[in-house]
Amino acid sequence: MGQKILLKGNEVMAEAAVQAGCRFFAGYPITPQNEVPEYMSKRMPQVGGVFVQAESEIAAINMIFGASAAGARCMTSSSSPGVSLKQEGISYIAAAELPCLIANMQRGGPGLGNIRASQADYFQAVKGGGHGDYRLIVLAPASLQELYNLTMNAFDWADYYRNPVMILGDGILGQMAEPVEILPYEPILELPEKDFVLDGCKGRKPRVVKTLILKPADGLIAHNEHLQEKYKRIESELSLCEEYQTTDAEIVIAAYGITARIAKGAVRMARAKGIAAGLIRPITLWPFPNEPFISAAKTASQMLVVEMSHGQFIEDVKLAVNGQCPVEFLGKGGGWYPTEEIILEKIESMAAASATAVKGKL
Amino acid sequence: MPNLTRTEVLTDAQTHYCPGCGHGIIHRLVAEVIDELGIREKTIGTAPVGCAVLLYDYFNCDIIECAHGRPPAVATGMKRVQPDKIVFTYQGDGDLAAIGTSETIHAANRGENITVIFVNNAIYGMTGGQMAPTTLTGMFSTTSQDGRGEHGEGPPLKVCELLSSLEGVCYLERTAVSTPKDVISAKRAIKKAFQNQIDGKGFSLVEVLSMCPTDWKLSTAKAVDFVNNEMKTAFPLGVYVDRS
Repeated sequence: MGQKILLKGNEVMAEAAVQAGCRFFAGYPITPQNEVPEYMSKRMPQVGGVFVQAESEIAAINMIFGASAAGARCMTSSSSPGVSLKQEGISYIAAAELPCLIANMQRGGPGLGNIRASQADYFQAVKGGGHGDYRLIVLAPASLQELYNLTMNAFDWADYYRNPVMILGDGILGQMAEPVEILPYEPILELPEKDFVLDGCKGRKPRVVKTLILKPADGLIAHNEHLQEKYKRIESELSLCEEYQTTDAEIVIAAYGITARIAKGAVRMARAKGIAAGLIRPITLWPFPNEPFISAAKTASQMLVVEMSHGQFIEDVKLAVNGQCPVEFLGKGGGWYPTEEIILEKIESMAAASATAVKGKL
Repeated sequence: MPNLTRTEVLTDAQTHYCPGCGHGIIHRLVAEVIDELGIREKTIGTAPVGCAVLLYDYFNCDIIECAHGRPPAVATGMKRVQPDKIVFTYQGDGDLAAIGTSETIHAANRGENITVIFVNNAIYGMTGGQMAPTTLTGMFSTTSQDGRGEHGEGPPLKVCELLSSLEGVCYLERTAVSTPKDVISAKRAIKKAFQNQIDGKGFSLVEVLSMCPTDWKLSTAKAVDFVNNEMKTAFPLGVYVDRS
């Protein structure tokens, strides 16, 4: 049993990173993730690590590029506009296959937007916000305990696959506080030796970390194919999802992160009213857990996607469902969040429409 | 006696640089210094975006190639994780003084214990001769065809002068490679900049005025004259800061 402590989400994530051996953090202030650099500025020196307040998000992600190539477990965090600035560096890190963790505590957009929670950076995180064909492993925790656990796991997946990992949180997750059990870090995978590290060429040939590959045929095309093979392997090995009361569900809600937590309450309320509702909550957004959706599309009569955007996550749900089941939508961007009652109302209207349709058939 | 033998810090690869380009000389100076200080096996260099992007083909030490303008940030991460290693950046004028100005100023002001070799040839070489932040007033480039300053381009940006106001900086010197005397002086400065890092003294930058005959559209001899007559006037040589 680890010690239980009460911390804000941003601090929980930072402490989990420290526990997992993260020893380099670079970041830049932006609301609602300021507690991460604040916490790290105090904590890193305590454990012999390095905290750098960068001059920009661009500099921060490039410091991560250098720190990762130097062999450190490293991390940067930001919120939406700042993560946009990091995209250049993320593309380079993915291209160079360097491990690191990037956290995005999303806020309202586009532009400077606002500082309320949002899920409108789904495309940027999951489809690739920078240039080129690359993938990030994207994690979407829905509680602070899960945030703590996934942050530790994220460093293992990053090292194991030599790939950047992103935690796609939001302002609510970052700002809320709940008790978290501080578990000691234990690797979940047998981690490979870091044979790419630039630490001086003593006793070996010089190493190069680079992303410029001018020759097409045996160079950049081959490198892209290598990356795609790795991404396929990750897709086949890593897919996390929570299913809640889906076995007999007529109406299955699809939601991730904090929205899924609210949706779970709505499912309970619907069940209390006799409506067979259920929830599929992807924990990895990439790789996307297709299987639960494919199964649910066969048994449920309708699906409902709930997200804090005008419809991004829904595209992956529809791809998985592939027309086998109607998919309704409830979502808005700009700082809107659903309450259990709003979701319940939507479920009830779907159930009523479904009953009318059945009656019509009779 | 000058060292006339090949240094093991450089590979046998033939460089891609144009005839009369200064990069070959500057590579050699950096390599000789690394050799003389006996630090090849603990040195990590950063390659910029620009003509020197293929640095890793020529230097026989660990190299990380960075996004355009970001070497000081990458070097910060690299050096902070491994303070016992020697980290240098090798950057052109577009990289260091345009797209990477912010990274340069802040790495300098934090006093990062790194060595920066700044090659100033007043032009974007690799992309074909566009205006650099250091292009001289009145100078032709493919994006300042009436001469810099005619259409709101502003005057050239002077890096050593700009950075000399920063209290975090240890050492700034502007040198050139357009005469044998300058080459010897540039090597002395580069060696000092590496020695400062070994001694933990902080941010050291050596600016090297260099020739680009191809994009200046001058003969190799006239390109040397251009550095001696025009560039040295706009960018006076000398030590700008020395807190070592």
